[in-house]
This record gives sequence, structure tokens and C-alpha cells, in this order.
Amino acid sequence: MKNKTKKISFLGIATSVALILAYIEAILPPIWTAVPGIKVGLPNLIIILILYRFGFKEAVIVSGIRLIIVTILFGNAMTLAYSVAGAVLSLLVMGILKKTDKFSTVGVSIVGAVCHNLGQIIVAIFLFDTVQIGYYMIVLAITGTIAGVFIGVGSSLLLRRTENLKI
Amino acid sequence: MIFMKNNSDKNRKIRNDIILAAAILVIAVAGLLFLNATKESGSYVVVKIDGVEKYSYSITDNVTQEIITGENGEHTNTLVIKDGKASVSTANCPDGICVGHREISFVGETIVCLPHKVVIEVQKETENQSLDAVV
Repeated sequence: MKNKTKKISFLGIATSVALILAYIEAILPPIWTAVPGIKVGLPNLIIILILYRFGFKEAVIVSGIRLIIVTILFGNAMTLAYSVAGAVLSLLVMGILKKTDKFSTVGVSIVGAVCHNLGQIIVAIFLFDTVQIGYYMIVLAITGTIAGVFIGVGSSLLLRRTENLKI
Repeated sequence: MIFMKNNSDKNRKIRNDIILAAAILVIAVAGLLFLNATKESGSYVVVKIDGVEKYSYSITDNVTQEIITGENGEHTNTLVIKDGKASVSTANCPDGICVGHREISFVGETIVCLPHKVVIEVQKETENQSLDAVV
């Protein structure tokens, strides 16, 4: 019972930290305006932490609640479509990759970042009915890989620092 | 012994990470090279609003066209075609990504304004004309 309370509060805190990280990222100036969608993906630090500390189910819950709150606060139906596609594809592939136990958090986070971009590009292709938007994916795959390395190293540090935290 | 096992496990994972990252980068660079090798100058600039073609111009025209969208016509993007290149000079969208986008002139290049659902695309020939050719 006590453990459950601890776990719920930890997941709650993690959700709010992920929200704040997304907000910080949103107010930073865009890295390269020629290709929209390039970002570091700071909230993924938290998602990977939860994925490794608790598991896939908990990561889905935190990510889902974060999406709902972001949409209520800042978004609309269209941004929800992009966010959901990115988050679902990214989480699913990260979960599978983690389960193979063949990659560290860096590999998992690289694939998470690239799949997040991929999900959003797929939605954009359908919304705009223009396949050419897919060309952006090439650039996004490169920047996503770089971002994924940073987030992967960061989350591995985060995991090591919270190792002794009893939840 | 346990330490040794952990360490080799870690090294194996890092090696896999590097292979994974390299594979993604190689595919991306191959894609870039392919696009660069196959790119050709376009002949038409097509404006799509919410997926529906609205305007079409020859890329050799000199055009300044205000693209008005939104339920009450509150969204505007100004398309400029000059010297065989298309760009967006002004827009009242919140992010301004379309204005910051470089000029486009090759087939398949696009400028996208997500908030206004506007896509400006360079095409080899307009869709209507390719239909005419079939008829």
C-alpha cells in the first residue's frame, strides 16, 4: 500500500516535470526554421526514466496524461493528432527495443526520437495530402539521431542518480 | 566476474547503439544524395489549401499573391514568385516558419504553413495538365 502511494506520487511528479520540460522547449527559439519540428525532445528524458524504472504501462500512462494536459492548456484537435501519432509510435518502438535488451538508453532514445518525427510526418502527409512533406523526414532522421544521443546519455545519468531512490 | 559480465554486456549494447545510429544516418544521407541527384527545376508553383489545389502559376511568372484562409478569411500568407523561385514574404501565422523558409524552385520542394493548412509546392506540371494529357 505504502509502495503504491509512493509510486503514484512519483509518477505524478514525473508527469509535471515532463510538462515543464515540454514548456521550456516550446519557449526556446527554434533551432533551424527551414525545417519545422527539430527539437531536442526533453520530455523524453522522463519517459525513458519511467520506462526503465517502472515499465511500459507506466510510461504510457505518464505520456498519455501529459498529452491530455498539453492539449487542454495549449493545443487543439490538430496539434493533438500530431502529438498522439508521435508519442504512440515513439513509445511503442522504444518499448519493443528496450524489451530486446540489445541496446542501451541511447539506442532506445535515438529510435524514440526518429519515430516521434516519423509519426508526425505521417500525420502531416495525410492532413495535407502531399507526399512531398515526407522529404523532411530525411533531415529529421539526422537531427533526431543527434537529439536521441543527448537524451539517451542524459536519461542514463538520470537513471544512475535515482538508482538508490526507493519507490 | 559479475562485473566483467556487466561490462561486456554494456559494451555490447554500446556497440549496437553505434550500429543503429550509423544505419539511420547512412540511410538518411543516401536519401539526401538520391534527392540531390534526381532533382530537376520545376515548371509550376501550386498552392494547396487543406489538401485542395487553389492556385497554380508558372514558375517563370512574376507573382505576388495573397493566400487568404481561415473561416473568416483571417489567415494570410503572401506568396511571391520571382526569378523562377517561390517564397512566402509575409504571413500572420504564429510561428512564421513559412516566411523563414528558403526559396523553392526544384520539383517536389514545398513550403508548408501548418497553422493555416497551406502547402506551396513546386511541380513538374500541374495535376490538371497531366489529366488533360490523358484525355
